[in-house]
Amino acid sequence: MIALLRRDLMLAIRAGGGFGLGLAFFLILCVLVPFGVGPAPATLAKIAPGILWVGALLACLLSLDRIFQLDAEDGTLDLLATSPLPLEGIASVKALAHWLTTGLPLTLAAAPLGLLLNLPPQATPWLVAGLALGTPALSVIGTFGAALTVGLKRGGLLISLLVLPLYMPTLLFGAEAARRGAEGLDATTPLLLMAGITAAAIALMPFASAAALRMNLR
Amino acid sequence: MVAGFAPALHPRGERVQVKYCIQSHTIYQITVFVTQHATLPAPPFPVLRQSAKRSGMDYVAHDLACARGDRTVIAGVSFQLGSGQALILRGPNGSGKTTLLRCLAGLTPAVHGTTSFTPDDVAYAAHADGLKAQMSVTETLQFWATVFGAADVTPAIEGFALAPLLSRRIHTLSAGQKRRLSLSRLVLTGRPLWALDEPTVSLDVQAVAQFGAAVTAHLATGGAAIIATHIDLGLPDAAQLDIAPFRATPQTDTDPFLDEALQ
Repeated sequence: MIALLRRDLMLAIRAGGGFGLGLAFFLILCVLVPFGVGPAPATLAKIAPGILWVGALLACLLSLDRIFQLDAEDGTLDLLATSPLPLEGIASVKALAHWLTTGLPLTLAAAPLGLLLNLPPQATPWLVAGLALGTPALSVIGTFGAALTVGLKRGGLLISLLVLPLYMPTLLFGAEAARRGAEGLDATTPLLLMAGITAAAIALMPFASAAALRMNLR
Repeated sequence: MVAGFAPALHPRGERVQVKYCIQSHTIYQITVFVTQHATLPAPPFPVLRQSAKRSGMDYVAHDLACARGDRTVIAGVSFQLGSGQALILRGPNGSGKTTLLRCLAGLTPAVHGTTSFTPDDVAYAAHADGLKAQMSVTETLQFWATVFGAADVTPAIEGFALAPLLSRRIHTLSAGQKRRLSLSRLVLTGRPLWALDEPTVSLDVQAVAQFGAAVTAHLATGGAAIIATHIDLGLPDAAQLDIAPFRATPQTDTDPFLDEALQ
């Protein structure tokens, strides 16, 4: 399992694309939004939590189709499926690798990028905490979407359609936590609810992903 | 690399290996292993992990029917294969060789029929090489060795003459070299029954002979092999099975709604 994780991280870094794409997208979005909104710091501060969360979510979505597609195309997925590793474990490791290459950099980048969007300083800890708790759910749910569409040639669009509704609760609670933080209110409740969603997704989704993979390997 | 070596399981150790084992950092670990057991006598052929050596075990499939997607492609296939035997699958393109092998490897559950072995006994090698262009040969071997719990990659390197390629990235390899690397994974699995789908595609004459020797060595350690191929692998004792007659008759519509949904 650890070997698979190491291999996935190595491929993500060497292949470029997957690793930098989400982060670059997030950066571009956060740089461009202030230009689009115009010189209104108050407006910007108001929409900053939502923009940051939507940006992180879309950045996560960008690299989802690579999770299984590359392995399926060159036959590695068949070989992994016949190896002693359980498919549930493979799905979990893939999700973890996706989070380490997408969710974690996004979480770390969110605090400095919040400055660009005039995010109130008191909201930053809530935003970072929210992203840290929420992005794992985005990765495991996204892995499930990727497993469902692994046999399809251009599954990217379908993944987005399948996965976006499942991302909604995380987005709602995450943005709500950051908004409350910005207004100086206590944001523990939405954070806890989101942590619950993440915990449930981590517990259940690998099994769903493995079942979807089994269907698609036939 | 796998930590902790069990000496009894790996009675290998020729001094010759040390020469090329020092080429890169990662391979160095193998060198350590080799020198540890340098005093042990070398067996005449690459030895698989102990678990693979189940002499006397028969691999029986009875009345097997396999499907690809929702369509049953072949039905009524039966064979019996003793350890040390090879079975060559023959049949025209599209006759179901790949489907049968995928079924034996557990990728698709059998529609009907039984086998005396589980997918965990089967090492499957597909058409596709399953290699990553960005990884080096050493990293690939190490990865599969770790996944399958093999402590020693030396038999794989020797059996398929990979020593000169160890430090190369896979995108610099030729098709035949990739094929050899891909097939060397079989040795690392330590599984007794090899299920090979057109293993000799893009191999040159010498590499085919090398591959034939690797299969022979595997059979000599009590393994077995089922090989779908169109060419002569130099396995004179191998049984032949023409699977064209087992082609399943087109199914009658059992579920018209499913059929409609698929269209």
